[in-house]
Amino acid sequence: MGEYFKIKELRVGFKTFEGQKNVLDIDTMVLNKGETFGIVGESGAGKTVLALTILRLLSSPPSVIESGSILFNGEDLLQKPESEMRKIRGRHISMIFQDPMSTLNPVFTVGEQIIRVFRNNKRISRKEAEKEALGMIEMVKLPDAKNIMGKYPHELSGGQRQRIVIAIALSCGAEFLIADEPTRNLDVTIQAGILKLIAELQRELGVTVLFIANNLGLVSAICKRVAILNAGRIVETGSVREVLKDPRHPYTLTLLNAIPRNKGERVNRVNTIIKEERDRDLRGCRYYSRCMEKQEICRDSEPTSGLILGTHWVACHRAFEGGEPGGGQHTEG
Amino acid sequence: MRSFIVKRVLLGILVLFGVILITFVLTRVIPSNPAAQWVGQRATAEQIEAAKIELGLDKPLYVQLERYLADLAKGDLGRSLRSHQPVSAELKAYLPATIELVLVSTIVAVIIGIPLGVASAKRKDHMVDHVSRFFSVGAVSLPTFWVGMFLQLIFYRWLGLLPLGGQLSMGIKLTREIPHITGFLMFDSLITGDFVVFRDALAHIILPGITVALYPIGLVARMTRSALLEILDEDYIRAARSYGLPERMVLWSYALKNSLGPTATVVALSIGYTLVNTFLVEAIFSWPGIGSYISSAVISLDYPAIMGVTIFSACAYVVLNLVADVIIALDPRVRV
Amino acid sequence: MTKSSGIMNSIKPRITEIKLSLYLLCRNRLTRLSLGVVILLGLTALAAPFIVPHPEHIETEANPVDKLLPPSGKYYFGTDELGRDIFSRVIYGTRISLQTALIAVGLALLIGIPLGAIAGATGGMVDEVIMRITDIFLSFPPLLLAIAIAAFLGPSLENAMLAIGVSWWPWYTRLIRGQAVSIRERQFVKAARAIGTPPVRIIFGHIVPNCIAPVIVQASMDIGGVILTIASLSFLGLGAQPPTPEWGLMVSTSRNYFLNAWWYSIFPGLAIFVTVLVFNLLGDGLREILDPKTRKI
Repeated sequence: MGEYFKIKELRVGFKTFEGQKNVLDIDTMVLNKGETFGIVGESGAGKTVLALTILRLLSSPPSVIESGSILFNGEDLLQKPESEMRKIRGRHISMIFQDPMSTLNPVFTVGEQIIRVFRNNKRISRKEAEKEALGMIEMVKLPDAKNIMGKYPHELSGGQRQRIVIAIALSCGAEFLIADEPTRNLDVTIQAGILKLIAELQRELGVTVLFIANNLGLVSAICKRVAILNAGRIVETGSVREVLKDPRHPYTLTLLNAIPRNKGERVNRVNTIIKEERDRDLRGCRYYSRCMEKQEICRDSEPTSGLILGTHWVACHRAFEGGEPGGGQHTEG
Repeated sequence: MRSFIVKRVLLGILVLFGVILITFVLTRVIPSNPAAQWVGQRATAEQIEAAKIELGLDKPLYVQLERYLADLAKGDLGRSLRSHQPVSAELKAYLPATIELVLVSTIVAVIIGIPLGVASAKRKDHMVDHVSRFFSVGAVSLPTFWVGMFLQLIFYRWLGLLPLGGQLSMGIKLTREIPHITGFLMFDSLITGDFVVFRDALAHIILPGITVALYPIGLVARMTRSALLEILDEDYIRAARSYGLPERMVLWSYALKNSLGPTATVVALSIGYTLVNTFLVEAIFSWPGIGSYISSAVISLDYPAIMGVTIFSACAYVVLNLVADVIIALDPRVRV
Repeated sequence: MTKSSGIMNSIKPRITEIKLSLYLLCRNRLTRLSLGVVILLGLTALAAPFIVPHPEHIETEANPVDKLLPPSGKYYFGTDELGRDIFSRVIYGTRISLQTALIAVGLALLIGIPLGAIAGATGGMVDEVIMRITDIFLSFPPLLLAIAIAAFLGPSLENAMLAIGVSWWPWYTRLIRGQAVSIRERQFVKAARAIGTPPVRIIFGHIVPNCIAPVIVQASMDIGGVILTIASLSFLGLGAQPPTPEWGLMVSTSRNYFLNAWWYSIFPGLAIFVTVLVFNLLGDGLREILDPKTRKI
């Protein structure tokens, strides 16, 4: 069975005036068709860089793709010329961005923006595109679609705007959606609605969703599998159930504790997140400076991924205490 | 929106009043002898005195100001000291030629300037960008009068392709009936179907038109480029690309539409600058517009004429500024 | 003891800022080139009386016999209708243009900075009145006011400088006022007021030094435009008068002859163009450095 989407040894760097810094260093990441895969990490971990790299939308200075391949249906996206990437963007892979206010063009009505994407995709007349746009607005559960069509982005609320952004992304007809923190700038109460919408759409349309978030709670709500990203590396991955039941990486534990919960459910170890110097090119684990359980070995050698159980992989020297690390090959889950 | 316009108009009127006041003060406070001018060089002392009274120059300043304002309200700008004709009539006669020139060069500026700015922004830091930036800065650094002469040298003297100056050739003026409906030569000749006159007028407007257009081209190109560069960095442009929209549409529709506000403002303001620039150009090309009028008025210190042109130009400039402000306010995001 | 070290402490970061700015300025090839040419122009202006080949031609007429000669080894730019060496006059014209531009801009700053500082620092009615007056002056199309004033004062280079100074100050006033308004809310100003420092000292001792930098930068960027204005005024007959070797005047006089003596109008005009160009390029470079968005460091 061919892989739908696979990232192999991807390394992306950024040129700053202090030299080139590595921001993404992923050995393997595999997605299956039709699944919802989550990526969790804090700000600056490289999540958006990953999303933009897939679509090749990173501005090329200052970013540099050092090595690796991103295989989509067997073809390496990183090798494709720009003209072919344009055919892939929208039609096959599309993206839901973080900030709906800045993602929508301020001088066009939202209806117009949806219509244009439709007409770019299929050769249909304006009237038909209008009808489709109305349908799309209704599909994202916005009432009074006709009215909304004629509004400008600044005339809508944050939640409405985000739904429109989702509508536009879907209008492209893509079968692979990247959702980059789609609820980041929204109130908590609105968040739930958007999450529900994405889950429903995923079920109805059968799209593959790469869901990026900065909090494990969001991801666990709608994703089947998850990868934890820290300082550009995947430190733990597996199905959501596996990771939540038996979190092995210290960072994962920190994230779990950050989820607001009722009293009595809190896991005992508390670990505040301290922003420390990011020195990504040193040997040793990138989480070293913040880790509560660090040891000598952690400073000197970079941990490689080891299998815990089933599809649960962790990259941490401490994770395997009391047991041998498993085999060295990633399977497709 | 309406209250915004009303407020700006009121402000404009206040400003205009200030302009009139300042111009008035300039002409009365600074020594010159308008009465002597009025009666000519060989006047006797009594004639000068009589002229003084006739012109109302013996009355105290505030009375003079009152009279001037009252006249102004009626549209009376006084009489030229040289020709003794009403300034307003003379202005009206000279105005169309200047407006034609300003219009033609503004259109040229927009047609050339915007694509230049777009090309520059699209290929930032490439050859195209450097060349057009250099051209833009160059365009606003050129002394317009010199460019006009330079063009005359090349196209008239050395290549013999275009005429030296004036609006029409002598031959045409003497042998044909010149259509005169609106006073705008090219427009009139077009609508009456007189293509001989039209072609001649066209040939005559090319050189002065290009000369005057250079500065606005530079301005428009620069503004388009910088506005576009800012916009192309925005998230919604990246989003548009991620939806697979063709680059052509992203640039010329999505990006450009956002830049029209500042660009239109620059165009409006450049018209004001162009208006004054034409003063210099008209002198060189013997173009019969208000520039020529004020040039000769300045030399002979014909102050009602100078005042008339100044007030008119300032008026135009204030109106253009108002238009520019309104254009900015049209942006759906701006709440006024 | 502490006072002098205090001054050093406030100068040191400024010096590093200046050094940094100069470094950034020099990174762009074009800006570097312009800076070099500007310095060259400055030196030319200073040395003019000593380096021109025919100093006697600068003002007084020479051999009418030699009139309107094309460029040659003796007269690099040819001669004018009075037989004067155009090259010498153009070189000397550098001095005149730079001088008058600096004086005109200086005058505009002298009027504009105090007005703007007072308006911004005082606020209220004073602010309103000054800003309305500024608006009125700004409503004149740029060249027009200078033309009108110069016309009425009488044609001369000094009057042209005066006219420009009096018509350019509003830009600086507006600039300074904006800065002053934001600075007057800062701690050290409030502290000075609290201990009873007289307002004049607050304005000129505390506020102005802190907001003067962008104005100085703007003024240097304006020099190009001012040179152009002076040339334009002289061209109209309102600025320099014969026999002053001012570029605009030379172009104007050449109108009668240039169709057959192209060198007469080309070279002075070229001088204007190149000078204004490099100042504008330099200004552009400066602006790009100062704007944090385009600053590429």
